[in-house]
Amino acid sequence: MKLDAKIPEGPLAEKWTNYRSYTHLVNPANRRKVDIIIIGTGLAGASAAATLGEAGYNVKVFCFQDSPRRAHSIAAQGGINASKNYQNDSDSNYRLFYDTVKGGDYRGREANTYRLAQISGAIIDQCVAQGVPFAREYGGTLANRSFGGAQVSRTFYASGATGQQLLLGCYSELNRQIRKGNVKSYTRHEMLDIVVIDGKARGVIIRDLVSGEISRHSAHAIVLATGGYGNVFYLSTNAMASNATAAWRAYKKGAFFANPCYTQIHPTCIPVSGEYQSKLTLMSESLRNDGRIWVPKNKEDVKKDPRQIPEEDRDYYLERRYPAFGNLVPRDVASRAAKERCDAGYGVGPTGFAVYLDFKDAIIRLGEDLIRDRYGNLFEMYERITGDNPYNYPMRIYPASHYTMGGLWVDYELGTTIPGLYALGEANFSDHGANRLGASSLMQCLADGYFVLPATISNYLSEEFRHPAIPIDNPAFDQAEKEVKERIEKLMAIKGSQSVDELHKKLGRIVWNYIGLSRNEEKLTKALQLIDELKKEFWTDVKIPGSSKGMNIELEKAQRVADFLELAALMAKDALNRKESCGAHFREESQTEDGEAKRDDEHFRYVAAWEYAGEDKEPILNKEPLEFENIELKTRNYK
Amino acid sequence: MNYTLKIWRQKNAADSGSFVSYKVENIDGETSFLEMMDVLNQQLVTRGEEPVAYDHDCREGVCGMCSMYINGRAHGPNELTTTCQLYMRHFKNGSTIIIEPWRAKPFPVIKDLMVDRSAFDRIQQAGAYISMNAGSAPDANNIMISKEAADAAFEAAECIGCGACVAACKNSSASLFVSAKLAQFALLPQGQVERYQRTLNMVQAMDAEGFGSCSNTSACEAECPKGISVKHIAMMNRDYLKATMCSEKVMS
Amino acid sequence: MSWTKDYFTSTIGRKFLMSITGLFLVFFLIEHLAGNLLLLLGDHGLTFNAYSDTMANNPIIRIVEIILFLSLIIHPVQALILTQRNRGARKTGYAVSKAGETSSWASRNMGILGSILFVFLVLHIANFFVSARFGDLGIDANGNKDIYTKVVDSFSMAWYSLFYIFCFLALGFHLIHGILSGFKTLGLSHKKYLPVVKSIGIILTVLFTIGFISIPAYFLINMII
Repeated sequence: MKLDAKIPEGPLAEKWTNYRSYTHLVNPANRRKVDIIIIGTGLAGASAAATLGEAGYNVKVFCFQDSPRRAHSIAAQGGINASKNYQNDSDSNYRLFYDTVKGGDYRGREANTYRLAQISGAIIDQCVAQGVPFAREYGGTLANRSFGGAQVSRTFYASGATGQQLLLGCYSELNRQIRKGNVKSYTRHEMLDIVVIDGKARGVIIRDLVSGEISRHSAHAIVLATGGYGNVFYLSTNAMASNATAAWRAYKKGAFFANPCYTQIHPTCIPVSGEYQSKLTLMSESLRNDGRIWVPKNKEDVKKDPRQIPEEDRDYYLERRYPAFGNLVPRDVASRAAKERCDAGYGVGPTGFAVYLDFKDAIIRLGEDLIRDRYGNLFEMYERITGDNPYNYPMRIYPASHYTMGGLWVDYELGTTIPGLYALGEANFSDHGANRLGASSLMQCLADGYFVLPATISNYLSEEFRHPAIPIDNPAFDQAEKEVKERIEKLMAIKGSQSVDELHKKLGRIVWNYIGLSRNEEKLTKALQLIDELKKEFWTDVKIPGSSKGMNIELEKAQRVADFLELAALMAKDALNRKESCGAHFREESQTEDGEAKRDDEHFRYVAAWEYAGEDKEPILNKEPLEFENIELKTRNYK
Repeated sequence: MNYTLKIWRQKNAADSGSFVSYKVENIDGETSFLEMMDVLNQQLVTRGEEPVAYDHDCREGVCGMCSMYINGRAHGPNELTTTCQLYMRHFKNGSTIIIEPWRAKPFPVIKDLMVDRSAFDRIQQAGAYISMNAGSAPDANNIMISKEAADAAFEAAECIGCGACVAACKNSSASLFVSAKLAQFALLPQGQVERYQRTLNMVQAMDAEGFGSCSNTSACEAECPKGISVKHIAMMNRDYLKATMCSEKVMS
Repeated sequence: MSWTKDYFTSTIGRKFLMSITGLFLVFFLIEHLAGNLLLLLGDHGLTFNAYSDTMANNPIIRIVEIILFLSLIIHPVQALILTQRNRGARKTGYAVSKAGETSSWASRNMGILGSILFVFLVLHIANFFVSARFGDLGIDANGNKDIYTKVVDSFSMAWYSLFYIFCFLALGFHLIHGILSGFKTLGLSHKKYLPVVKSIGIILTVLFTIGFISIPAYFLINMII
């Protein structure tokens, strides 16, 4: 199938304006006749639901949490980028666009990324107007800070809780629409399948997590804003229940899945402390502004009290390898370097999988008070979790799965390859290429939800509104519901010996060890074999107590892990296919002499969009070539 | 370390429920409270029993899902800490830990330790917003806000909606939660336009949900994992009085 | 006038009523304590009786007296209604509660303390107010109603004095939370002035407790000596 990204004609800076000028619209009176279903209530889902509600569509919004406000966008700490140029440091739409494409190692789509930069300012306006308490200067204007991958200060923030404040902003507007009756909200409801009728997405099958009831919901368009698949690693910075089921069900119904091998490993997380560890906590990237990362030079020092190790016996490996950027290299580079040291036997802490992030020099230079002012809440969180006081003992950190750039393939309109099915935010693949810059995910989610989708969806609905409400007794609904119920009964009937968590942990270990930070053909081939074995093990040995009637948390997890197992295999296949190193995807076969990533623009300058071909059949690779007309392709160099 | 857990088990909303004792062994001090619960649930699943249902998600103290009443305290014994950020090193080896769900009529138990907090959503739907359609906002720096006001609004807006304030209050009052939501908007210029109507609507919604009244015991502030101040409650009282007595609009 | 009904039947409106009546009663206590301390002058109650007579015949005081009695009714009635509601807001209690770690004992027991005070008031009013206003008391040397003798007679019963002392302690606990709480309920909370209110509340509470206790204690000690 030829992929049509539907990129509008015209110069880069005018594409979005042109698109909006000529796109088809739905008359306000007709919008009331149109039903839209949105899955997920994070920044993208909640902002889209609120905005489509404002526009007058009938919106139904679903989340598996007990309230729309709990979606994991809430945990984003650092900030949100916008090319406002409030700091008079020559920021512009082009510069934000350029930084984002370069940060993504030239594997993103130019037109989408430029549009993101164009919209970024309006997002800040919108959030401020709805009462998001961004940080302010004493004069009353908005404050900004710097983030990795940029030479300007364009990051707006609300202390270390920017995601929370932005999500509460969307949630408040969503509440307004719920109050008005434009949006109906379903909490503790999980989507288990998409219903496709005559090639168009027409509905969803939903399980009520409290009653266990399966229900059908139809609509003229379906929007997935269900986040990423970072939990395929088991241990990640994602929330416990973050999952890929909605996206995976869409994939199996015909939506292409793009670049699944682009998974971001964040360098500064609190390391694993024990076998019961369930999740990893991120420590904001901003810490690398003042903290210095090191490991002992001598292997016999790794268990020593770090404060006793003299300066000459410390290896500040980032400063050594990348003198120009030092501790502020991009996330992918910092993560790989930490893994390299630990694998070589220099890792510290009880497990040997940690490096020091030391504020000793910064405290001497700036004083403890200033450090407390800058990072106090992060230091407190670190101490609450580890029991160590970072003011006098270096932090221990290690990389962890954080964000997934890959996701459902979407065109310029955010439409997947199934007409009427849209994907927003982290659930799609679109704007970050092979590596996302800090403070860009919040920007993308809100751009998609507040501004892009409300404009693009009308282009599709301008014809669809003529279609009367979709009946839910269509045979396609019967079939989808039957499949969902059969799958649940099949899982319940296995009655094996291992819990879902045990199997998920096994999957996590395979993904981390074989499809993690550093990949090669041998490991990836091995991964495919191990995942296949684990999948069989899962489907013969998983143990789910209780019944499918009523609440069953093990059943919920089992369905998610079943999908992660399949997704992990696609990740490995994608990584095998991409024989270059780019951004977060590092192939050991494709590196320079001194161990840096080597991109292969000649052979791999494309989006890999995988098409489901059927159970036990190899997925089909579709390629969307990436054209760079406004940016010169360069090798990223941080030395 | 080893612990005896006395946990409230309740099959569903209709079930009457009771305490059941369990033992967990070899728990490391670096294990979080919820990970300790995972260990218990792993044991239960292995034995073919249903695991204990409890709400949790982000496990980094911000989503507000986790909600356990541990040894007589909302979110356990530590201050400014959600259950997910509570670590087992704070519990003595060999001790008995009693775990109950939030108790309040507007928070009915769904199963075991899981309660229904949708009352909070409904209160916010009654007015916790600034009516602002996407696209109609002025340039962000057109609205000047002093750093003090922005910081004060942020302090109120940090509320994670976990419901510990209700759980800890002897009257099951939601005053801290509602007042924090009101204060976030009342402290900002953007929130002034709808300020008094918002207060009326939300206070009425709060009462309609069946929460108790505020006795100013300040237990809510002491238990709030984000340290939200009870000063917001006074502000709510003041605004509610003004909204009723000073407005010329006859509102009902 | 549905908006007034809406306000005064809301939880905040009911607390508002409790607050203004409570704070009015505090003001009354200042006057009441000042007057009653005249009992301790040692002039066989001549000044006290004269003061009582003035109070009983002043028309303004009589009007204020009506507000006083209204307050004494509204305050506990609202408390009862709210307590009922608050109990209903938690049908199943906690098996273990360490409320003592997060709030003061007084703040959690205003109802019990208030109930003690209510019983006290019934007895106190029946014994002193009713007999002074409607009863058949003697006349003192200055021709005023001799309430002083009534006081001496009452407090010469040890159980009566001890009961009063007990109730004044309850009053102390009630006020140590109540005064500050009343201000907060009215919305009078300010970073600069709230600590002042708090201090005044503590000072008043201590003065009331010591001052009121000193009266039965004085007569009790006199009797023993």
